Amino acid sequence: MNVKAFLLALFLPCTAMAQGFAGLGTDADGFTVPEPNPQFDFPADHGAHPDYRIEWWYLTANLTAEDGTPYGLQWTLFRSALAPEAGDGWTAPQLWMGHAAVTTPDNHYVTERLARGGIGQAGVTADPFEAWIDDWVLQGDWDTLRMTASAPDFAYDMALTAQGPLIFHGDAGYSVKSAAGQASYYYSQPFFAIEGTLQLPEGDIAVTGNAWLDREWSSQPLADNQTGWDWFSLSFDDGHKMMGFRLQQTDGNNFTSATWISPDGDTTPYTDGALVATPLAMSDDDVPVRWRVELPAQGVDVTVAAINENAWMTTSVPYWEGPVTVTGSHAGIGYLEMTGYE
Amino acid sequence: MTWATLQALLSHWWRNPLQLFTLLAGLALATALWSGVQAVNAEARASYDAAAATLGEGQYDRLVRRDGQPMAQAIYVDLRRAGWLVSPIVQGRLDGVRIIGVDPLTAPSGIGPVAPAEGTDIAAFLTGDGQFFGTAETAAALPDLNVIITPETAPNTALTDIGVAQRVFAKSGQIDSLIVLPGQPKGRADLATLAPDLILQPAQGGSDIGRLTDSFHLNLTAFGLLSFAVGIFIVNGAIGLAFEQRRPVVRTLRALGLPLRQLVILMGAELMLFALIAGLIGVALGYVIAAVLLPDVAATLRGLYGADVSGTLQLRPVWWLSGLAIALGGTAIAAGGALYQMAKMPLLAAAQPRALAMAAGRRARVQGIAAAVLLGLSAIMMVTANGLIGGFTLLASLLIGAALALPLILDRILAGSSKAAKSVTAQWFWADTRQQLPGLSLALMALLLAMSANVGVSTMVSSFRLTFTDFLDQRLASELYIRTENEAQSAALIAFAKDRTDIVLPIQNVDTQVAGQPTEVFGARDHATYRDNWVFLEQSVDPWDTTFGGETVLINEQLSRRAGLNVGDEVTLQGTPFAIAGVYGDYGNPIGQAVIGEGVFATLYPDITPRNFGLRMDPASVPDFVADLEAATGIPATQSVNQASIKAISLGIFERTFTVTTALNVLTLAVAGFAILMSLLTLATMRVPQLAPAWAMGMTRAQIGRLELLRAVMLALLTAVVALPLGLALAWALLAVVNVAAFGWELPMYFFPMDYARLGLFALLAAALAALWPARRLARTPPADLLKVFSNER
Repeated sequence: MNVKAFLLALFLPCTAMAQGFAGLGTDADGFTVPEPNPQFDFPADHGAHPDYRIEWWYLTANLTAEDGTPYGLQWTLFRSALAPEAGDGWTAPQLWMGHAAVTTPDNHYVTERLARGGIGQAGVTADPFEAWIDDWVLQGDWDTLRMTASAPDFAYDMALTAQGPLIFHGDAGYSVKSAAGQASYYYSQPFFAIEGTLQLPEGDIAVTGNAWLDREWSSQPLADNQTGWDWFSLSFDDGHKMMGFRLQQTDGNNFTSATWISPDGDTTPYTDGALVATPLAMSDDDVPVRWRVELPAQGVDVTVAAINENAWMTTSVPYWEGPVTVTGSHAGIGYLEMTGYE
Repeated sequence: MTWATLQALLSHWWRNPLQLFTLLAGLALATALWSGVQAVNAEARASYDAAAATLGEGQYDRLVRRDGQPMAQAIYVDLRRAGWLVSPIVQGRLDGVRIIGVDPLTAPSGIGPVAPAEGTDIAAFLTGDGQFFGTAETAAALPDLNVIITPETAPNTALTDIGVAQRVFAKSGQIDSLIVLPGQPKGRADLATLAPDLILQPAQGGSDIGRLTDSFHLNLTAFGLLSFAVGIFIVNGAIGLAFEQRRPVVRTLRALGLPLRQLVILMGAELMLFALIAGLIGVALGYVIAAVLLPDVAATLRGLYGADVSGTLQLRPVWWLSGLAIALGGTAIAAGGALYQMAKMPLLAAAQPRALAMAAGRRARVQGIAAAVLLGLSAIMMVTANGLIGGFTLLASLLIGAALALPLILDRILAGSSKAAKSVTAQWFWADTRQQLPGLSLALMALLLAMSANVGVSTMVSSFRLTFTDFLDQRLASELYIRTENEAQSAALIAFAKDRTDIVLPIQNVDTQVAGQPTEVFGARDHATYRDNWVFLEQSVDPWDTTFGGETVLINEQLSRRAGLNVGDEVTLQGTPFAIAGVYGDYGNPIGQAVIGEGVFATLYPDITPRNFGLRMDPASVPDFVADLEAATGIPATQSVNQASIKAISLGIFERTFTVTTALNVLTLAVAGFAILMSLLTLATMRVPQLAPAWAMGMTRAQIGRLELLRAVMLALLTAVVALPLGLALAWALLAVVNVAAFGWELPMYFFPMDYARLGLFALLAAALAALWPARRLARTPPADLLKVFSNER
């Protein structure tokens, strides 16, 4: 779950952001709105839903080189609709944005792509599944996927293999985002094994690890009083996984949500208040890069720390996204995303 | 005390309003010329900046189709999907306005409405709502379109979304060109495999429009600077005179106990106040000059270089502040010497013409030495100077040295004439002229600078024009140019044209490297078109014979200079060595060029087939030929270019450049004439004591008046004689040093004796006009005033 994408979804109309944002949380302008008890239809739902305002295919991976150095990797494709229709040609109201990043202990490489939807430069097809923008692709049958991205200073080419089932967040994939009831459709494939090569200025590096792919779409994601987001995807050494997010509110309170995932893919959803995330230390530019994360219902009390504190995504709308280590009641690795701090 | 002193000092001006007028008018005119020229330059530059920001013109590499036709949109998508970061452009003209369609999502930052004005609805822009962005002028030119006024857009240009542009120009699914973004990703596929029809046009860097227009601006700036120098001489003269005349006041004030320091400060403050007033007037006048010149300048630049310059003027702080600064600075320079002199000169030194002349005599030595040093320096610089700074140092030392030397030269000439004179009247005339020289010398220096600036700049501009028209003749020699789409069209064209034209000249070239420099190599067919029209800067005995014979190569000046190649040197093409038989001028071309014979070109580059043809024929038959060609072969008229008409248009527009130059010429001469008038008027009152004895000895006042007029004309003539070689040296420095340093090519220098003669006549006329009134005043001096000289012994 990447709520900053709700902000980013409005990436283009930077000047229109204020009005767009204000209008977004409350009414849907003819866009379809997520309803409880969703019935997913695969592979169709892996594809695009142009009648919803925003959508993304969001992959993060924790990687390790042969020498043991940890790396983080991100591949994201966002869709943002100006009107609830697919359309054709330059005037099609679907806009696409790609973000790719590689994080090393010392460096953070970022790049961004933008494209119009109606001319074939970017898009997502469900069967066969392919998500692309320019030369970046994420394609395959969801049991195996190939993923590439390139930038002037880095590139990668990775192979993914699913080692578990899809999991659904919230109430069977209906994920509530505020006390007022804003919600999205949200499912993940957190069980990908990943391997491939990172081409970095330091040289080519062969890496292996695991990857977490999020799928989410909605038309009314945030409440008026919500300003930012802290999102955790943690993989523990005992095979359990946990997704948790904390929405920051203007009144100083938070709205939290979590999903506990067993090694074989069984999920336990937790509603507001079950998860507690507390910042422990700030980076030089005032971003909390150490957290205490607690989910008492599962005996979780861990410290989450950034591998590279300077993992800013210097994209159209900046945010922080990078790999983390987990210590405490459970040891492991994971990814952290923070918005609302810029 | 301060107030009383100021009153005493200022009272001088109330009693000599003419001097005050001279001071203010001189400074205002100088500032006006300077700031007028600067305004024109600043306006034009601001337009280019906007154009560059709007379009990235020249900043980025571009991909276009080899044949210049639009490409399919699918090619754009294919390239993006292969990793090429390119952004599509669709453009065209609508009611004379250039419309540019961009895709804001992929365009490089800084292009397109990336920072749209308040209230811009980007969503509407992207979904084909038909919004355009342009200046108010552009909006007025496109009344039917929804133009959002954006002042930072380039003049005469409207930006819109690419989808809208495709619709407006009926180019659905087509793209004119692709901007190649800097910083391409790793591992993208090769262009030749992806899109073999496309060629990469390298970013034009500083070499295209910028370079040529810079040349034009440099001319204008040089002119502005020279005009200002003329003005400063006038100011210097007026201030110097005022100080001399106020010496009694100064003496009295000092005697009353006013400290020197306070006096100097007060006089300085007084002058700065004048400078400020004159500067403001000057900037306002400059605005008027610029406003009058700008439409012409805009037309000139648009016609010459294809650069769109806004035809309206905005009051830019940069230039009116710089105008004020230069007025204040110029006054400070002009007054510094006078203030210093006042502080140093003995209090009791007399302040009348003879004393002036004697003081001048003492100064003459210093001035002579300074002039000799500066002229010596410029002589050395003429041989050694090679950079822009060197070029301007040369210009400055030449001008100042010559100006300082002028009074000495005139003095020597007058002394010589005096000795040679037989009659008493003649002897008195020469001696009297010599005595007047110090008082007039500043005005004469101003005239010298004005004339030499005119000679220099006219020579440069006219040489530029001549070179350029020759160049057009050379390059656009064929009456008709036709581009073909394929081999079949080429064959059809050749067959059809065989009996109806004098000759068909294939134009074929290949982009390659010669001596490490990017170069276009052309294969030329042996014909008089080349032999008769091409002008060489350097050549062997018969360059065309050996080149058409396949033994030698001809190269352009750019390649020659950059690679250090000259006639006789060897270059290698495809492993074959060729001796260089000639170097030709190739103005405005950013890259190297080489010409070899058609036969050897076909051997070296067998894959290149000509797609462009020059056809020589009777110019009158061109329209019929084009119509018949279409009927017979299907080659449409859109593929042919009637160069004769293009040439006529560009030459016509070129003429307008010179209206600007002429206007500036007239203005500087007017300023110099004004200086002479003021100097003579000031001197006239002081000259009565000198003239009275001549009158007493029997010369009529009318005779004296005629001699006064003659004197002015004669001095102007002598100055003109000195100004001519100085102006030519100036032109040479501009063409051979400054232009080479700035643009990498030398303009050949031509001489225009008729222009110089006309200019000399103007100068004499200006001097005569300036002397007319003072002479009349002298001729009408009441005899009583002349008599008084003898009764009131000074």
